[in-house]
This record gives sequence, structure tokens and C-alpha cells, in this order.
Amino acid sequence: MSENPTPEIIEPSDGARNTRRTGKVSSRTIEHYVAPLEETPLLAVDFVDETAEPQSMWSQAWRSLRKRPLFIISAFLILLVIVVAAFPQLFSHVDPTACRLDDSSETARAGHPLGFTLQGCDVYSRIIYGARASFLVGLFTTIIVVVFGGVVGALAGYYGGWLDAVLARLGDIFFALPLILGAIIVMQLPAFRDNRSVWTVIITLAAFGWPQMARITRGAVIEARGADFVTASRALGLSKFRALVNHVIPNSLSPVIVIATISLGTYIVAEATLSFLGIGLPPEIMSWGNDISNAQTQLRNNPETLMWPALALSITVLSFIMLGDAVRDALDPKARKG
Amino acid sequence: MFMFISKRFLQLIPVFLGATLLVYFLVFATPGDPIAALSGGKPMAPAVEEALRAQYNLDQPFWIQYGLYLKSLVTFDLGQTFSGQEVSDVLGRAFPVTARLAIMALAFEAVFGVIFGVIAGMRKGKLFDSTVLVASLIVIAVPTFVLGFVLQFFVGVKLDWAKPTVGVGAPWGDLILPAAVLGLVSLAYVIRLTRTSIIENKNADYVRTATAKGLSRRRVVSVHILRNSLIPVVTFLGADLGSLMGGAIVTEGIFNVPGVGNLLFKAIKAGETPTVVAVVGVLVLIFVLANLVVDLLYAWLDPRIRYV
Repeated sequence: MSENPTPEIIEPSDGARNTRRTGKVSSRTIEHYVAPLEETPLLAVDFVDETAEPQSMWSQAWRSLRKRPLFIISAFLILLVIVVAAFPQLFSHVDPTACRLDDSSETARAGHPLGFTLQGCDVYSRIIYGARASFLVGLFTTIIVVVFGGVVGALAGYYGGWLDAVLARLGDIFFALPLILGAIIVMQLPAFRDNRSVWTVIITLAAFGWPQMARITRGAVIEARGADFVTASRALGLSKFRALVNHVIPNSLSPVIVIATISLGTYIVAEATLSFLGIGLPPEIMSWGNDISNAQTQLRNNPETLMWPALALSITVLSFIMLGDAVRDALDPKARKG
Repeated sequence: MFMFISKRFLQLIPVFLGATLLVYFLVFATPGDPIAALSGGKPMAPAVEEALRAQYNLDQPFWIQYGLYLKSLVTFDLGQTFSGQEVSDVLGRAFPVTARLAIMALAFEAVFGVIFGVIAGMRKGKLFDSTVLVASLIVIAVPTFVLGFVLQFFVGVKLDWAKPTVGVGAPWGDLILPAAVLGLVSLAYVIRLTRTSIIENKNADYVRTATAKGLSRRRVVSVHILRNSLIPVVTFLGADLGSLMGGAIVTEGIFNVPGVGNLLFKAIKAGETPTVVAVVGVLVLIFVLANLVVDLLYAWLDPRIRYV
């Protein structure tokens, strides 16, 4: 071998082929045991369209999502709930607070498609106007949980060490208290009991919901932090924190988005459960949980006043769970292939 | 093995201390006065108030209060309710009922969850699989209390197949319906977990080996695939035992089960803070112990996990 490491380019000459056939290897030339190009033609499979725009994981996921019926149905239902929560007056002209005891437990009639509650309120318009409180609780609890749990989980997973140990134990402590049990204890504290509002419910649910999100983010960040592109970005001179923000977090987002979507639904259920127990939203706020709670005494005489708000609640929650499922499938390349 | 158990046990101590401290801090260190709740918000003679403060150790600094509370939990001397009963007596009566309810719910979700999960997983994409998936989503989406009322109304009242409420002494038969309601949401999760796990494992090399050496399909599925797919399911079930005990509040309320959840909810409504804190402390203890049992089960399921 020569001192110069520059690879020698060997033309596939007849001589070289003969050498290989006879098994005699020249001491000077470097033999490349690569079939000549004409024996391995470029197949259509190997064709790369170099003019095609590069696709990010998100755009691929979006292309796959658009075709899923599950996604279309759930996205449509969620949009509907959002519009109803924002503009309830578009969907009902009946004032949900104008209740006449003359109408107590009346069945459906023109203009009041779902009948009346015990107090003589219109069930349909209460469902429409109740969407806002339920949706707000779900949305803001999820936002707080994702921001707080996400930051805690990302820091713990990325920096590791004592920070991780402390934050993991802290999470374990909160895990030892089931969500509803913890929320019941907090909601009955005098400070919360006397100022019940949408926000006290949101803060309480978020206080017991963040450890789950922190765990999920932590796992995803630990998986992403060792990736080659992170090492590369650090080698290019990015500070450790910039690498976390620019590269690690964007690549750990998919499980967080999935869990956030699903838990938005479960927080709506949790709000309803707390309201059902009489310690959630105050009675003057219209919400599905409060309406179901009020209807329970009438279950045997007038089960419809319980069923309709329960149905609205369940369909909303179901849409969020289905959306989460669809997004999970779209973001997981393994699942997409199969 | 002994080393492992003691190590895991020691790890539980900070979790237990932290969780009880959290509850205690939340309940006693926030504005508002537990003694005021006892008198129903009416003014009280100063001497009586002093005596009550001393009885519940509220005249002590916070850390001493917490220390005394921990001592009472460990010695199971939990103090008295506002009506003068021993909390440990009340809890001792309520606890077996809830334990029975939680065990029945756990058995229900474990048995049906694993069976349905295995069938759905082995027939991925078939009709049974899609039906189970949709049904489980619906069960997750409908709140427990709605499920409880609906089942109580139809199964208990209309069809008269089971008792709509639980009678004195809470016999096993009366608890079937409440246990099913309590376990239903977790059942949906167990089905989905088992299904995913089975799908991951059913094409593994060891399954092909087992089939190739001539084992029957039943044995391949029930011993080779199932045992290897059970770890996430067991984790879930273990954690669920704690939440079933604590989360039985709603179910016990609907079916009038005289259990811990009912006791806890009444105490919360009445503002009986010492009772609340005592009961929650016991529940947290059960939860962390259930997690320890799960850890021990791992080794049986997966001999690769060694206790070091």
C-alpha cells in the first residue's frame, strides 16, 4: 500500500476480472469486490425524487390523519363543541335560566326538543349553555398541565442527576393520591369551598394532573436527548439549553400531544364527577356535571333529564379520546405501516 | 429476595411521608378553621375551644402536629370522629366492605379484561376487535356516576336482576352490581392494554419457535404470549387497586355501600378534618403497598428480572 491514503480508482478492466476469477490477487492493486454497475441496474425502487419537498414528521402525520374517518368525525365534533361553547346563542333562542315551575318535568314540545327539568328549565338550552364551563375546565386544565408538567418532565429527563431524582419522587408523592380523592380534599378546603368557580376546579385538577404529564415528557425527552441530531447540534456549538429547546423538545412532543388530547376528555369527566359530588362548580354556573347532578334525584320519574346532558358529555369526551387515538396512530410510523 | 423487598420498602417511605405531609399540609395549613366546622360556624365558649384544640393537637406547631399524626397512623390510634366514635372503629367497620368491593371489581376487570384483550389482540382488525375497541372507548367516555345510575336503573330497578342498593352488612351478592360499575372503566383500559401488548408479542421469535416445536395454539397463546404480555397489565392493575379503594366514593354513594368512600365523603361534607386525614393516610398506605406487590409479581412473570 502506498503512503498516500487517497483511494485508487480502479476501472473494471478485463484484467481485474480475470484476477478475481482465478483467485490471484495482485499485491499492488486494491481489489473491490463490487459487482460492476451493469450487473446491478438502478431499479424503480431506488429512484429518489430530488425535486420533492422534504416532509417533516408533522406534515406526514397530517397527510395520514386527513384520510382517517375517526379523525374527521372527532375533529368535526370537537369543532362543534368549541363553536357551541363560544357562541351558545347561535344554537338556542331559549333562555336557559328562564325556568317556570309550570313546566316542571314536562316532556318535549315544540321549541323545547328535550323537555324540561324538575325546576322547569329547558333541557336543550341548558346543554347548549353548559358546554362552555365543561369545555373551559378541560381546556385550561390541559394547558396548565402540559406547560407545567412538560417543563418539569423535560428538565428532569434532560438534565438528569439530582434534579431528576427530586422531581421523580415529587411525582410519586402526587401519584399516591388518586386524582378524584386529591381533588375532593382540595375542593373542600375552606379557601376553595368558599370561592368556588371555574378556576378553582381548574387549579385543583391541574395540581393532581401534572405528574402524569411530567412522566410522559420525561420519558420522551430521555429517548430524544441521546439522538445523533442532538449530539450534532451540540458539536456545532449550540448551548445545552438551546439544544433542549430547539431539538429535543420538538422531537419529544408526539406522546405529549396524544396524552394531552386524551386527558382533556378525562378532565371534563373529572369536573362532572366533582360537580356530581357537590364540590365542583358552584350551582349557579351551568355545566353538564351540575345538570346531571341535579337530575339524579329524578332518575326514576324523568330519566331523560339525566340522559341528555350525560350524552352530550360522553360524546364530547369520546371525541377527544378518539382524536388522541387517531393522532397517536398518525404520529407512530410503526403503526402506520401495519 | 429479602434485600430486594427491604430496599423497595425503604423507597416507599419517602413517598408515604410526602403524600401524607401533602394532605396534612393542605388540610391544616390553609386558611380556615377545622374547629369552626365542628361547631357549625357558631361561636363557641373559649374553654371548650381550647380543649378541642388540645384534643386534635391544633395548639401545637405544624411539625409536631404532623409528627403526632404520623404516630397515630402507624399505631392505628386514629382519634375520634366529631360524634365521639373511634375513627379506627368506624374505619374497621367500613374497610372490609370496601376491600370486598375493590377485590371483586379488580377480579372482574382482570378476568374479563385479559380474556377480551387476548381475543381482540389475536384477531386484530376483525369484527370482534373493532367492537371491543369501540365499546371500551364508550365506557371510558361515559362518567362512572352516569354508568352507575343507568345500570342501577335498568339492571336493578327495571329488570330486577340485581339489588339496586346494598343491604345491611354488604353481602357479596349485593356487591356484584356496584363492583361491576366500579371496575368497568378500568376494564376498558385493561382490555386495551392487553390487546396492544398481545399484538406486540404475537409475532415474536419465541412464539414462532413454540409453534414450530409443535405446541398447541392454546398453549402458545395462554403460556407463551400471554405471560410475556402481562407485565404492563399487572402494573396497571396494581396501581388500580389503590385508585379503586379511593375512587369508590362515587360508586359507594350511588349504591349506598357502607364503605370507606362513603365514610370519607360524609366526613368531608361535615368538615370532619381529622377523620378525612386519617382515612386518606390509610388509603395512601394501601396504595404504596399495592405497588410493592406489583413489583414482586414482576419476577414471577419475567424471570429475567432479578432481585438485586
